[in-house]
Amino acid sequence: MSATTAVGRRATAIESIAVSRQFRPWRLILHAFLIAMTLLWIFPLFWAVYSSLRPIADTVTHGYVSLPAGGLSLDNFKTFWTEADLPYFYANTLVIVVPSVILILLLASMVAFACTQFSWRFNLVVLMIFTAGNLLPPQVIIVPLYHIYLSTPIPMLSSIDIGRFSFPIFTDNNLLYDQYIGIMLIHVVFQTGFATFVLSNYMKTISKEITESAIVDGAHVLRIWWNIVLPLCRPALAAMATLLFTFIYNDFFWALILLKTGDKRPITSALNNLQGEFFSNNNLIAAGALLAAVPPILVYIFLQKQFIAGLTLGSTKG
Amino acid sequence: MARTTSISPATADAPEAGELVATRRGRYHVLTRYDRRVLAAMVGIPLLLDVVLIWWPTVTSIYYSLTNWDGIGDITAGNFVGLSNYRFLLSGGYFQFWPAVAHNFIWLAWLTFIATPLGIFFAVLLDRDVRGTRIYQSVFYLPVVLSLVVVGFIWELQFSPTEGFINNAFGLVKSGHIIDWLGNPHINLFAVLIAASWRHVGYMMVIYLAGLKSVDPTLREAAKVDGANEVQTFFRVVFPVMAPINTVIVVLTAIESLRAFDLAFIINQGKNGLELLSILITNNSISESTRVGFGSAIAVILLVVSLGPIVAFLSQAMRPAR
Repeated sequence: MSATTAVGRRATAIESIAVSRQFRPWRLILHAFLIAMTLLWIFPLFWAVYSSLRPIADTVTHGYVSLPAGGLSLDNFKTFWTEADLPYFYANTLVIVVPSVILILLLASMVAFACTQFSWRFNLVVLMIFTAGNLLPPQVIIVPLYHIYLSTPIPMLSSIDIGRFSFPIFTDNNLLYDQYIGIMLIHVVFQTGFATFVLSNYMKTISKEITESAIVDGAHVLRIWWNIVLPLCRPALAAMATLLFTFIYNDFFWALILLKTGDKRPITSALNNLQGEFFSNNNLIAAGALLAAVPPILVYIFLQKQFIAGLTLGSTKG
Repeated sequence: MARTTSISPATADAPEAGELVATRRGRYHVLTRYDRRVLAAMVGIPLLLDVVLIWWPTVTSIYYSLTNWDGIGDITAGNFVGLSNYRFLLSGGYFQFWPAVAHNFIWLAWLTFIATPLGIFFAVLLDRDVRGTRIYQSVFYLPVVLSLVVVGFIWELQFSPTEGFINNAFGLVKSGHIIDWLGNPHINLFAVLIAASWRHVGYMMVIYLAGLKSVDPTLREAAKVDGANEVQTFFRVVFPVMAPINTVIVVLTAIESLRAFDLAFIINQGKNGLELLSILITNNSISESTRVGFGSAIAVILLVVSLGPIVAFLSQAMRPAR
């Protein structure tokens, strides 16, 4: 405190940096605290990585907390990859996540566009319906939803078969239950609520005059949405795409309840089943968990900015 | 067909229409019928999906909760049991109910009074020009991208009784004093809460940091000039200005606590000390379980509790901008 007052009234940016770089005992405490917390935070992940790199035989003979006598290897990863048939589950995830994210962004941006660029009587009510729907705990709706999924007839046409994969159009049991299309549908509907909220917050910052003058110039609303408003929302759309990818990729609950066939499960919920299969080998399970975490970790590394923007767009007003 | 409703058809279709209407700028609702229909569809289709797959099931939950339906066949008049599901629950007839309520409450209290404040604390520390702030932030926020399934597995490697890090590192396995962190019903909830906090703290930090960035820097400078120290500046100046974010944070924490499901399910399917309302719903009413009406009554109780934070969030978020 004495240092800050000594600097005087003109707290310019340069000076405040200079002050912070100056040695002061509480800075040392601050950094010690932060470093301790950082180590604490990173440790569980480090331990998972370390376990995954050790052969189980080595762990068993030398104990869980010990240095690796036989060296480290990627064998656990290789074993899990092939034995658990991991590429198959990655493909399941991909089939569910990609179309869902695209559909969510399309639907949510339409609602947000109509609710923010035009004034009509119920636009606020509509936004509330979407936002509140997304805030409900999924378990509140799951029982009736499960029965809707079991009782809604969906045409069974044919399927696209690629090697071991079979993607039914639209179902292979005439139902929404236990189908890719069913799990996509609930993701789309549930997350559209969230994306609508975030995108409408963002679109509120776009001047209505842009839309108004485009209408005056004779553009149709569909063109205004696609050619004018959506390009202006590119940062928000990128942020939402990143966030939604992570959310849907990480989903456990919907897939647990609405899918039954093990072969249709996306990787995150498949992991839980695989746990039973490999329960005797913790190191192998560690490798599996890390493999399943690779896509979100790639997001973390390469799309950190978009991910954080997505999280914070939803909480702060645009 | 006329492009706009307010302009005479003869001129509206002419190429100079844009020019002509330019004088009417600022005028609202010059939408054609076609445009209105498109807009109605843009809102209507997603809204229909939302109502059919979210709000209709919400209402149906209430309806189911008044029955003893087993999920097979149709609900007939004979299935209606009035409020007896609720009476049975509240009177403690279902022995897992009150423990689950208590666990959800502990979950909420833990996140609200420990994890969220810690996230805020990290945000406040890292918001200033601390050297290496980006690195610290990256580490704390790393668990946020991970699935709770993966989080659960990572922490099982710590807490596992004979194979986990903690018991081995402290020699509890060798000495035979094994602590069953995830199996002992007196402590497993707290072990799970540590895992949950690992993720929650970073989440709160990210949101709070964004809020802190939006605080007008002149406010802090003014406080400094007036001789306030950092603690005073935060509690008397920054914190009150952050009121909207504070609400959001509290609401998000409450909703996370009510939704809690994945971690408890992964550890032991929500039994033996890890009962939660969300898990009781699925255990009673989904797949081979046939107490649909009963499970729905738990869902309705969860719904009623959730309405508090939801309404708080909506009234915060939908308030007209300043």
